[in-house]
Amino acid sequence: MIRVQQEDFDIGGEIEALKAGRGDIGAIVAFIGTVRDQHGAVSEMTLEHYPGMTETELARLEAEANTRWKLQACLIVHRVGTLRPGDNIVLVVTASEHREAAFNAAKFLMDYLKTSAPLWKRESGPAGARWVAADPKDDGAAARWKKRAAE
Amino acid sequence: MRVLYFAWVKEKAGIAAEEIDPPAEVATIAELIDWLKARGPEFENAFAPSEVIRAAIDQSHVRHDARIKGAREIAFFPPVTGG
Repeated sequence: MIRVQQEDFDIGGEIEALKAGRGDIGAIVAFIGTVRDQHGAVSEMTLEHYPGMTETELARLEAEANTRWKLQACLIVHRVGTLRPGDNIVLVVTASEHREAAFNAAKFLMDYLKTSAPLWKRESGPAGARWVAADPKDDGAAARWKKRAAE
Repeated sequence: MRVLYFAWVKEKAGIAAEEIDPPAEVATIAELIDWLKARGPEFENAFAPSEVIRAAIDQSHVRHDARIKGAREIAFFPPVTGG
């Protein structure tokens, strides 16, 4: 399941909902991305996105994760709009019978989300506002999964 | 076709969305970028350098050599930075 929303998410509530009434889950991995203040340089972060395509891309990533690993459940929630340091940005929850699939799928989803979901961060602080530049390390992290596809 | 701009491409172009009707010889994303850039300094600036600009046709990522024929919606944006 995927969601794009302005409002915060309740991490515990999301995980409880995901496993409610299920006895087939043995491992749950959650990743939460949050806003950093970068030692006082950032007081606000605004996330812009491409409505429609963001949802399409996140659903595509979820489907791809499901073809690579046997997952019992998968959830991606990404926030948009204006956030402050400490606020949640993104939640990825993966559930599987054993931990390895859940760990790997969660990392895969984050690595791919960072390079393909059409979202853009704009940070503002005492020195003004700037669009965050893409980190080449993120491309490398996503590319590593392409090599592993053949394994 | 409808063209959308996001993030700093939108800011530099000074527009979020527009309807365009490029001539038939504009066949690919790369050619469309050149055609858009020729319309004025704000577009020249928005697409500089054009190699870093990402494009989507009908909400799917495409490369600059992708053909635009039949596209309903084309979007231009910087490398993504979500997550």
